[in-house]
Amino acid sequence: MPIAYTPTSVPVVVDAEKCIADKGCTVCIDVCPLDVLAVDMAKGTAYMKYDECWYCLPCEVDCPTQAVSVSIPYLLR
Amino acid sequence: MSETTRDIEIIETDILVIGGGTAGPMAAIKAKEKNPKLNVTLLEKANVKRSGAISMGMDGLNNAIIPGHATPEQYVKEITLANDGIVNQKTVMAYAQGSFEMIEQLDRWGVKFEKDETGDYNVKKVHHLGTYVLPMPEGHHVKKILYRQLRRHRVQVINRYTATRLVKDTDGRIAGVMGVNTRTADLVLIKAKAVILATGAAGRLGLPASGYLFGTYENPANAGDGYSMAYNAGAELSGIECYQINPLIKDYNGPACAYVTGPMGGYTANAGGDRFIECDYWSGQMMLEFYRELESGNGPVFLKLDHLAEETISEIEEILHSNERPSRGRFHEQRGTDYRHRMVEMHISEIGLCSGHSASGVWVDEHARTTVPGLYAAGDLACVPHNYMLGAFVYGAIAGQDAAEYCESVGEPEPDPQAVAAEAERVRAPLGRDGGVTPYQMEYKLRRMVNDYLQPPKVTTKMEIGLERFAEIRRDTARLSAKDPHELLRAMEVYAILDCAEMAARSSLYRTESRWGLYHYRVDYPEADDANWFAHVQVQREEDGTMSCFKRDIEPYIVALDDSEKAAYSKLRIANTTPKV
Repeated sequence: MPIAYTPTSVPVVVDAEKCIADKGCTVCIDVCPLDVLAVDMAKGTAYMKYDECWYCLPCEVDCPTQAVSVSIPYLLR
Repeated sequence: MSETTRDIEIIETDILVIGGGTAGPMAAIKAKEKNPKLNVTLLEKANVKRSGAISMGMDGLNNAIIPGHATPEQYVKEITLANDGIVNQKTVMAYAQGSFEMIEQLDRWGVKFEKDETGDYNVKKVHHLGTYVLPMPEGHHVKKILYRQLRRHRVQVINRYTATRLVKDTDGRIAGVMGVNTRTADLVLIKAKAVILATGAAGRLGLPASGYLFGTYENPANAGDGYSMAYNAGAELSGIECYQINPLIKDYNGPACAYVTGPMGGYTANAGGDRFIECDYWSGQMMLEFYRELESGNGPVFLKLDHLAEETISEIEEILHSNERPSRGRFHEQRGTDYRHRMVEMHISEIGLCSGHSASGVWVDEHARTTVPGLYAAGDLACVPHNYMLGAFVYGAIAGQDAAEYCESVGEPEPDPQAVAAEAERVRAPLGRDGGVTPYQMEYKLRRMVNDYLQPPKVTTKMEIGLERFAEIRRDTARLSAKDPHELLRAMEVYAILDCAEMAARSSLYRTESRWGLYHYRVDYPEADDANWFAHVQVQREEDGTMSCFKRDIEPYIVALDDSEKAAYSKLRIANTTPKV
């Protein structure tokens, strides 16, 4: 069977103004227990690549520039 | 070297610890302390800085055995009762005797525990009989403290590799593990004289009602990998039918933390705000009363705090919204749930396997040894009933020390090359497939079937149908496809979840009685049957690949139970509060 992908809104939001992934920072990506964050090479910022969040918060708490915020995902609200 | 094994990186170590959460780092540290000359490697699926069940810390010890407040004998008795008699008391005693020493060790390392004005540990009563709960209002630093010790002891850490299968030598002794990098899909064979499994609970077994595969009670990285690896290596597992089912905050799916709020005056209540259970300590018996109230006309069930004083509520918020699962505060805020004015709606979790809370695990003795030579287990996946975070630390230490001694008696590990080649082929297969089934779809279907057919109350025919569905999904794994290394990680986890689901169904079918309250409530065998079932149920993979169950006798108790206490955990409902049907 062919494979399709379904759009979904994700809980991890990265403020592009504050994110310093373009300077080599990977803190949020390193600490994520589910490895769902990645660097968008074109924009030079981190983003949530896979919708597999546990809203555990290390990405937000450990970010050196307070660029990351995690909201409770829609289906749980 | 054959085609399939050509591109496998090989790493050699003396002791390999799999899992960098709670038990794993402690095992690695204690092995190094015991013999600093050994090479000790810690393999972690995520990053040890923030991995496992305590990535954001822990708000308290649930089972601290502190002189002057409790004794090891009293604790062994309490857990024997809480787990309906089915315990190897020697394992619980091994934990209990190491408990206080471990608290002092953690204290010296900088973990902060609550103390009273005289400097004594401020222990609280939550259990039915004894006093074992020690709050850690500043417990969010635990992982940082462990990480510092890992570096200090020169443990070699390998992050972002998931272990997929243990490998043995041709004599059946542990010789290492196969793993795959979760970002590059590169394979690795780590040769080791001893392996310590510390991979945590099987937290992705049942499916949360939210619609999110990963919105589980447990850290979803804990997919049951260790249960599956131990099973496939031929180790005995025990008590799998004694599922983990927890009371939690509805939708948020995190713990309500009655252990934190209970000693401060909070309690579990029905819709009328009335108590219906005598004791909030988690046991299957307590969960059965919880379930009955939830489903009754008095339901649902709530955590009641709205009667407490402002300063108490502020303190509760401070602890619960900064520790363990800190996103809880924003969940409540979004719905306008203020503890001062509204009770918190609760529910019961999807099923999981976790000896930290109940009793499902890889069978270990009092030295943390499994039934496979050279293989150890510690933490949530080792069968030491109700052992929680402190039990993970203590059993990690026991495993690390014993493995260090064991290493001196064995030669260089020689993994069976056929097993290595077969595993390389299995792991690589999903990457090469066009189309097929995504790991997410397969996992969703599998876990939906777990909910439909395994969630208690358990019904014989339902569990048999469940096994048919699981067998179909096992055939479907030949069509699993992964478009990148991340999806390959998820595909490998599907195999682990599938093994756990089948073990859960078969162990539950084998024990033809009811026990542990809701955890093993079989509607068609509603009574406990001590004459036939006062025994452990073990599950094991046979040489021909079939799954078999058998009984193992309970070791003679080393701490006798008083007749007057025996019924304590079967009388949890408060008198005259029958659920309204």
